[in-house]
Amino acid sequence: MTRKILAILSATIALLSALPFALPSADEKHISVYSPVAIYSLPVLERAGHEYLGLLELLEPLGRVSSQSDAQRWRLRYNAVDAEFVAGRTRAKIRGRDFDLPAPFLIENARGLVPIGSLGALLPRFLGMAVNFHESARRLFVGDVAIQTSFRLDASNPPRLLLNFTAPVNPTISTEPGKLRMLFKRDPVVSPGSQSISFDNNVIKQASYSENNGNAELDVTATEPLMATFSNDRRTIIILAVPQTPPTPNSAESPNTGSPNTGSQNTGSQNPGQPNNGSNAVSPNTGLPNAGSESPAQSSPAANIAGDNGARAGANSNSHRLLAVVDPAHGGYERGAALTETLAEKDVTLGFARLLRHELEIRGFAVALLRDADTSLTLDQRATAANVARAGIYITLHADSQGSGARVYTALLPVEGPSNGVFHPWNAAQVPALPVSRIVSAAILAEMKKREFPVRASSASLRPLNNVSMPAVAVELAPGPAGIADLTSANYQQRVASAIADAVASVRDRLVVQP
Amino acid sequence: MIPRHLLIGVAALLLLVVSMGIYLRHMRRQARDIDSLAADAFPVAPPASGPTETVTLYVADDAAGTLRARSAQIPLPGGRQQRAEELLRALLRIYQQPGAAHPLAPAADIRSIFLVDPGAAVIDLNSAFADLHRSGVLSEQLTVNSLVETLAVNVPGVQRVNILVEGQTRETLAGHADLTQTFDVTTIIQAGNQ
Repeated sequence: MTRKILAILSATIALLSALPFALPSADEKHISVYSPVAIYSLPVLERAGHEYLGLLELLEPLGRVSSQSDAQRWRLRYNAVDAEFVAGRTRAKIRGRDFDLPAPFLIENARGLVPIGSLGALLPRFLGMAVNFHESARRLFVGDVAIQTSFRLDASNPPRLLLNFTAPVNPTISTEPGKLRMLFKRDPVVSPGSQSISFDNNVIKQASYSENNGNAELDVTATEPLMATFSNDRRTIIILAVPQTPPTPNSAESPNTGSPNTGSQNTGSQNPGQPNNGSNAVSPNTGLPNAGSESPAQSSPAANIAGDNGARAGANSNSHRLLAVVDPAHGGYERGAALTETLAEKDVTLGFARLLRHELEIRGFAVALLRDADTSLTLDQRATAANVARAGIYITLHADSQGSGARVYTALLPVEGPSNGVFHPWNAAQVPALPVSRIVSAAILAEMKKREFPVRASSASLRPLNNVSMPAVAVELAPGPAGIADLTSANYQQRVASAIADAVASVRDRLVVQP
Repeated sequence: MIPRHLLIGVAALLLLVVSMGIYLRHMRRQARDIDSLAADAFPVAPPASGPTETVTLYVADDAAGTLRARSAQIPLPGGRQQRAEELLRALLRIYQQPGAAHPLAPAADIRSIFLVDPGAAVIDLNSAFADLHRSGVLSEQLTVNSLVETLAVNVPGVQRVNILVEGQTRETLAGHADLTQTFDVTTIIQAGNQ
């Protein structure tokens, strides 16, 4: 028995010791292949000063492929194309014709390795279509798959940089002081023409493109913290400065405080005729709530907002506008309630959130949507995004097929929690703001009742309300089975959104920025 | 020529070794049988029996969006924990009747309830309870409130309740109600009275 245990222990230790060697290193060289049928990445091997790639592995995702080998010869059949390579030789035969490799062909464990410098000329022989190989960056484009990029700077206040792509993209976005990085690992994004573009703008200074080790990267440099949002089915990335709010917001509030239904746009120095129609969204890919493997200081704008005095000083242009974070609940794989056989809660909440954004903006609020597309965010990510943005108010939107109007919820927490100074437990972060949350809830209730809209208010243990440190409410549209069509009616949503926005504007003076 | 007494001695020793081997095999088989018997001895829930008692169940009504107190006569076992389980199962049976005002799936069940002094209770639901629960803020909250209030009112001393699903912490009941927090009985009852 003891022997058995010892043997198992030894095997486990050996396995664990070998694990770091088995895992791919971040510095490992690889090549990215973009084709109409597959996008994939393969490791690159270094042999005798040359970079090599397994030819069978390269062609496998693209068509029917088989190989045979003996000690010296390696035969390959790709669809109906036959090729023969000889180990140690640079001359090969493809479709019965000679082909010269820039370095000798290698056979290792029955795998045929070709130098990657040959791919630009070698692959068209097999595939019968054009291939564009960026050899220094190890990016291989098969056919017409490249995604073109164009920039457009919208010099409104705050300025926005619009990156338009010819196909949907899904980059990994991270931020560091003065820079927003977009890393395209699986998107065949190509250079916009110039490697670097400078903008004549005080905030957004420059955009630059680079590619390396199978990836493309777009960097935007600015004098303020940036955030990114997707629109146009992920064909457009909008980059803009993170909305900031002043440390003492009450002193900067607009004179329309307390007059609920004025629609006034008196917002101090901000041009009232130009509400921010941009889609201020905290991108799920910014790494803002989820730092992933990077250090929080480098990947999270939270660090910039909280710790970068320069960024705060630079954000004074926005300081007179109170930030409202609007959170369309659910999204992506998380569909929420099935309102009908085809209508998911996540779609209703997104449409409603966009309307509410507009209504709040025309009442002088800066608005950030936590998602502006069908993307997934965890509850913790949503709370973190709202907290680091230090919003004045957080509104999450839900929808239900049962009910008879709308419901407004505040967090189900005891108002008086244990005091821990400036620190609060994550699950009770809402406690200090709960009295104001209830004031907001009562204002929404009153405004809806004034418009003869059936509504009721209550408390719910609905995350992330508990985790949000600013006044927070949840609004649930619930017109009932008879009014289910109303859920997608712009008129219905408009009425509710307008009532919520008026109510929030009416209690603007109670909304303070978190320290 | 090997002496006779030596042959007899070796034969006796060999016999001893063989009989010891047979005895060892017998003992190991016996130990294995005892182990398998122990593994098969699943705890069997005692049938709900005992004197019938009047309890107050807090029954959710989706249309009204509230809980309604309803008296019921149910047989309750003697143990505090078993009483709590039977209490919530009685509540579930109401929700599983056809045309219930707050329907729950027929497969929904309470796996067990742990009463941890002082004042803490842990309700462990089965996966069907959560997986088949209707998604919606109100519906899910009513379920939570109904379980917590019914337990707290009928089992003296319960002040805080945690809800698990299949013994694990689950983020939400069906996409909305937060199950990661500890429910404070007083807060829930106060919210219900608002």
